[in-house]
Amino acid sequence: MASILSLRDVEKSFGAVTVADQLSYDVAAGEALGVVGPNGAGKTSMFNLITGTLKPDSGDIAFEGRMITSTSAAARCRAGIARSFQIPQPFGGMSVFENLLVAATQGAREPARRANALCLDVLEQTGLMAKANALAGSLTLLERKRLELARALCAKPRLLLLDEIAGGLTQHECEALVGTITDIRSTGVSIVWIEHVVHALLAVVDRLIVLDFGRKIADGDPHDTMASREVQEVYIGIEADA
Amino acid sequence: MSAADNHIVARASPASRIAAFIGVLLLIGLIAAPWWAGRADMRLISEICLYVALASLWNLLAGYAGLVSVGQQAFVGLGGYFLFAATIFFGVPPLAAIPLAAAAGAALAVPIAVLIFRLRGAYFAIGTWVVAEVFRLVFAQVSALGGGSGTSLPAGIVKGIAASRSLREAYTYWMALGLAVLVVAMVYMLLRSRRGLALTAIRDNELAATSLGIDIWRTKFFVYVISAALTASVGALIFLQKLRISPDAAFSVNDWTAFVIFIVVIGGIGTIEGPIIGTIIFFLLRETLADLGTTYLLVLGFVAIAVMLRAPKGLWGYVKDKTGVELFALTRRVVPKR
Repeated sequence: MASILSLRDVEKSFGAVTVADQLSYDVAAGEALGVVGPNGAGKTSMFNLITGTLKPDSGDIAFEGRMITSTSAAARCRAGIARSFQIPQPFGGMSVFENLLVAATQGAREPARRANALCLDVLEQTGLMAKANALAGSLTLLERKRLELARALCAKPRLLLLDEIAGGLTQHECEALVGTITDIRSTGVSIVWIEHVVHALLAVVDRLIVLDFGRKIADGDPHDTMASREVQEVYIGIEADA
Repeated sequence: MSAADNHIVARASPASRIAAFIGVLLLIGLIAAPWWAGRADMRLISEICLYVALASLWNLLAGYAGLVSVGQQAFVGLGGYFLFAATIFFGVPPLAAIPLAAAAGAALAVPIAVLIFRLRGAYFAIGTWVVAEVFRLVFAQVSALGGGSGTSLPAGIVKGIAASRSLREAYTYWMALGLAVLVVAMVYMLLRSRRGLALTAIRDNELAATSLGIDIWRTKFFVYVISAALTASVGALIFLQKLRISPDAAFSVNDWTAFVIFIVVIGGIGTIEGPIIGTIIFFLLRETLADLGTTYLLVLGFVAIAVMLRAPKGLWGYVKDKTGVELFALTRRVVPKR
């Protein structure tokens, strides 16, 4: 299978703190990749590098075979990469519907009528229809997270990056979310999903990578990887210390 | 059946329809002013119109594009001097010089933007001011335009606008009214458009905006050049009414930027209504307190502080938050089909 995203020896550090250390991996077209790792492992920084809000010190990033290492964040979105933010970044003074419309008109570059239709469909799909006219700034944290997912979808990505969207959900809501993401996948969208709620992640992803101090320490079948020694050390070691 | 089939997206609201109706009536009344208003009244209304235009343009820059310029007097003065130079040296009819001033403003705004867009926040603000000061110093060197002491528009050119004084005043009055309407309409149409959606997104969150495909630099550049162009037109008209120009008057930071910032901040930054309401309040204060001399400026300062403390989004921002009313229909609302 052709790879949709490819990272080659990507390095990034802020002074003494390394957030990406010789990071290399591929995401196959249509694949769903899970990313786990302790806090500060460089997971969100990796998304910033892929989406272009952060420039790597060295290394290369390719999307659908084209080098995008020096492409602007805006151009990468228009090329087909969309993300959700771990700390929601709504357009607070705009309605929920208009938040989605920004993605549909600017990211997906849909003409007005089709943009409206796309946003209405995504509102329904993500359960935000009742909040369509609410100001995004007035939403609760959970609603804002749902808005993050909805807005990313309206950019019509071929690669969707999800950053911790399942935290704080009830069992029932979490199952609904897993259903939504499975549906998105079935339309052919490739997904990279950072998530601490591991059971939700394992219900969706085909493959799992583990990051620690910006370094990829494991990569493979989700269940085997979670059971591996390195992962147990990183996770249980930290939990035992805490 | 998909959600798109049983919902529609609407923009107009009862409030915006009533506002549009009243707006049209008001406009008709104002167009007819030369037949019912005195000369002093027309002069005042012209000035109000020109400030509505300046404030709306500054609001577009600062309130939407986040470009807090304290140097818009550069373009007011440029427009003014362009009018004088074009009419005196090249024999351009004064009324034609006003739209041409916009082209001059845009042409100069392009290199200035490339230069000062490298600066952020407070540095950008100071940079714009420095540019305006450079303009002032440069025009003070042009002896053909009177150097530092300035010059008057020759009587022949003034008479060229129209033979009689009252007709001349009516023309410049209509031009001022027309410019105000043009600027507000342009801001309204821009904000309703796809680019306006991008601009509003930038206003709210630049990180999310860039991550959703919006080219922030280009959007801001576009807004900067458009505002510079129209600000230069307004400047040309201001000095056509004054008939006299000097570097200090043309590039006055007080008259063309400080008062404008006051207007936008008390009226409500980041809204179309704010600059209009702010201008009305500013002129109400000025007309009632003008006799107090410097005390008037103190009162302006106190009003600004009080509004910033009690209603940080300005008076219209306060009303909008409390009531959700919108006089210019911008917000798109999702309404179920019946």
